[in-house]
Amino acid sequence: MSRVSEALKPNTKMVPLPSDYIVPERDVNEIPVLECRHLGIDFGGLHAVEDFNLTVGKTEIAGLIGPNGAGKTTVFNLLTKVYAPTRGTIMLDGQDTAGMSISRASQAGIARTFQNIRLFSSLSVEDNVRIGLHNQVHCGMMPGIFRTPRYWKSEREFHEKSLELLDVFDMSSYAGITAGSLPYGAQRRLEIVRALATNPKLLLLDEPAAGMNPSETADLMQNILKIRDQFKISVMLIEHDMDLVMGICEGIAVLNYGKIIAKGTPEQIQENPQVIEAYLGKSREA
Amino acid sequence: MTMFKSMSKSARSTFTTYAMVVVAYVIVQILANGGMITNSLTGQLVPICAYICLAVSLNLVVGISGELSLGHAGFMSVGAFAGVVAAACFSSSVPNDALRLILSIAVGGGCAAIAGFVVGIPVMRLHGDYLAIVTLAFGEIIKNIMNNLYVGLDSAGLHFSMTDANSLGMSGGTILINGPQGAVGIEKLSTFFAGFILVIFCLFVVLNLIHSRSGRAIMAVRDNRIAAESVGINVTKYRLMAFVISAALAGMAGALYAMNYSSIVPKKFDFNTSILILVFVVLGGMGNIRGSVISATILTILPEMLRAISDYRMLIYAIVLILVMLVSNNPTLKGAWANLRSRLRGRRGRPKVAAAEAAGDAPEGGDSDE
Amino acid sequence: MDFLTNLINGISLGSIYAIIALGYTMVYGIAKMLNFAHGDVIMVGAYICFCAMGYLGLSPILAVLLSIVGCTVLGIVIERLAYKPLRNAPSLDVLITAIGVSYFLENAALLIWKSDPKSFTSVVDLPSLSLFDGQLVISGVTMVTVLACVVIMIALTTFTTKSKQGKAMRACSEDQGAARLMGINVDSTISLTFAIGSGLAAIAGVLLCSAYPTLTPTTGLMPGIKAFVAAVLGGIGSIPGAVLGGVLLGIIEIFAKAYIGTQMSDAVVFAVLIIALLIKPSGLLGKQIKEKV
Repeated sequence: MSRVSEALKPNTKMVPLPSDYIVPERDVNEIPVLECRHLGIDFGGLHAVEDFNLTVGKTEIAGLIGPNGAGKTTVFNLLTKVYAPTRGTIMLDGQDTAGMSISRASQAGIARTFQNIRLFSSLSVEDNVRIGLHNQVHCGMMPGIFRTPRYWKSEREFHEKSLELLDVFDMSSYAGITAGSLPYGAQRRLEIVRALATNPKLLLLDEPAAGMNPSETADLMQNILKIRDQFKISVMLIEHDMDLVMGICEGIAVLNYGKIIAKGTPEQIQENPQVIEAYLGKSREA
Repeated sequence: MTMFKSMSKSARSTFTTYAMVVVAYVIVQILANGGMITNSLTGQLVPICAYICLAVSLNLVVGISGELSLGHAGFMSVGAFAGVVAAACFSSSVPNDALRLILSIAVGGGCAAIAGFVVGIPVMRLHGDYLAIVTLAFGEIIKNIMNNLYVGLDSAGLHFSMTDANSLGMSGGTILINGPQGAVGIEKLSTFFAGFILVIFCLFVVLNLIHSRSGRAIMAVRDNRIAAESVGINVTKYRLMAFVISAALAGMAGALYAMNYSSIVPKKFDFNTSILILVFVVLGGMGNIRGSVISATILTILPEMLRAISDYRMLIYAIVLILVMLVSNNPTLKGAWANLRSRLRGRRGRPKVAAAEAAGDAPEGGDSDE
Repeated sequence: MDFLTNLINGISLGSIYAIIALGYTMVYGIAKMLNFAHGDVIMVGAYICFCAMGYLGLSPILAVLLSIVGCTVLGIVIERLAYKPLRNAPSLDVLITAIGVSYFLENAALLIWKSDPKSFTSVVDLPSLSLFDGQLVISGVTMVTVLACVVIMIALTTFTTKSKQGKAMRACSEDQGAARLMGINVDSTISLTFAIGSGLAAIAGVLLCSAYPTLTPTTGLMPGIKAFVAAVLGGIGSIPGAVLGGVLLGIIEIFAKAYIGTQMSDAVVFAVLIIALLIKPSGLLGKQIKEKV
């Protein structure tokens, strides 16, 4: 691999290749969309995340699971640059994200939804998506104020693209409604649409099925697969619903007390004794 | 009328706002020509226009961008004095009064925009109440600087000093700004028509901005800063944009205001004036541009109307202010009002979804009780 | 010696700001509102004291006590009538109401006492302290003011950390909902905070007018704003912060007046605040609160 030959150049520091390099077979010749190396962050004296190593393939659906308080959302916050890491590196599609702001990281190709929904709740559904399209369609302040032809062209583009995106989730009929007045499930879907609007390479979903009933969850699973296939992007999700995780995730990492305790395919994770212990506690016989 | 109905909801609301201002202007002109307006009210026409512009511009910061600013009068002050100086400088080179007024207002707006940018850079590092107190501090600093500013004009050009009039080093010429005494001998260039045009201009800038990519970014930051950042919006840029545009419009309003009087003192633009403008915005409804226009007009006329009971008028003003806030936040009355609205709506046979839709109209058509 | 004189004047003025700032900080800490009417309560306190001594002929001590009682009652009444109905209202609506209350008090005072300045008789009848052969004179008012400030700070700190009501206050300022679930009467706790804040305002008003003896209906305005600045500078919500901010502000103001000029002293005061907040965005002793994502 080219990576190895680069490392063999004279005067370069030699680092062992991470042994946990697993991606779906179809992505093996592509640059991984995400590579975390020895990522860590401390809050005060607490190592909230420590030595976090993970590789996510170009079109992989990856799962991040673990008990409450394991540090899963903290990992998302590190990836999206809400927090600056204390240690380690994050490579997004081959680009080091060190020093990037949250908005720069978004432009570099990472998008997310939030555990506690964060919509622009006083604005319409369509405006929420238009704001997601902020860096995809351009029109400066002056053309906007003085309504030059450029403004009208950009508004048309905003309108068409946002309806197109809303259609992915059959939401275009909601376009004019205030986002805050949508039912809960629709708000979750709108957040995903808004994230997709930023044209990401990697989409992070923080508990997308929270509060959903089994049939809604089944729809969501179909939709996540559809997004991956239609937009050719990678999806990484935090979720407690094991049917969803085991149903659609290709690679799964299990986090406990800020450390990855297991990594692998759904089958491997389900049989891993450490994972069972983390979730259920030590069995008495052991 | 069919055309009106075919417009989108936001376009309809915008149209109503402009129509309201134009109709009000025409009515007042007709009344004034018929001699049906008292002298004291005639004198208030330009200030009313200036206060409308100030309220609309502050609403851009407080309602649309969601930052509490307590120093808006500072930008008004910068615009007022810069406009006065500009008018004096152009007095020989630009003989046309209207053109000179436009130029002076533009200079006032430009200087206020620069002040807004200088103030905005540090201010945008802060949030919430801390941001509010720093805008208050900047407002006071601007007032202090204006109190110590001396500007003179002679054949050699403009002279500036921060100590006293003597240190200007003038050979003849006139002193334009004389420290705490402010600007004297101002040429009265402002007219009601000019005020009307400036109101339309402010509405044009703010309403168009709201419905553009930049405006949506500003509102996104207001609604949820973290989410706005996470979709790639440069938060500081858009907060600063709203702040600077608002300062520029306030400066223009200040220039218009100053050139309605023969003299004006820096003390006029103090904390109380900032608060007065903020009261217009809050009573008119946060983010509700039309509301700002209406409340600025009514609240400027109200104390004039109460002049007959001059001793008690500010007391009554204070009580009105408190009562409006108490009533508009009373849950019982709020519920009754929402009921009434939905009934009226029901009678007009609008679909149920429209209720939800109307609730989202806050940026310009919404009601202050929402 | 000029330096020492200025320093002492600064500490004296700063102590007054500190006492006002304590009221601001406590109210903000618990009700999360900027009580703009606080400055006007100072003015009312000074007028009550003025009338008690001038018209009723009461002794200074009694007059001060009457003024404290009057302001405490006023504070509770304002809270009950104007602020309590707005407990769940948007913060800007509460701010506008506070401004309304401020206008009301100012104009009511204008009607009752007219706009002509009253010459306030100092309530402190202590001899001045002369040091270094008369080169440094510390007036009685100064000594009483500084002493009052220290005593109040210690008393308030003890109250909020040791007493049951004080702990209830801190609980309410952390999380009103949780405090209510623990059986704390949030409404009466907030009333108590307003009562204490307004009582302190009365003391500050009397001391302010003893040191600077002209009293008008707008006397409280500027000290009110500056004390607010002091509270923010020290870190709003923090008791030692309010005292530190107040004293610092007083010293800076007096030194700016002495060495830069009277006209620009306010600008210097506000500039210091801005710089301090840019370096420490939550004030000198304030807690940095990060938004949870």
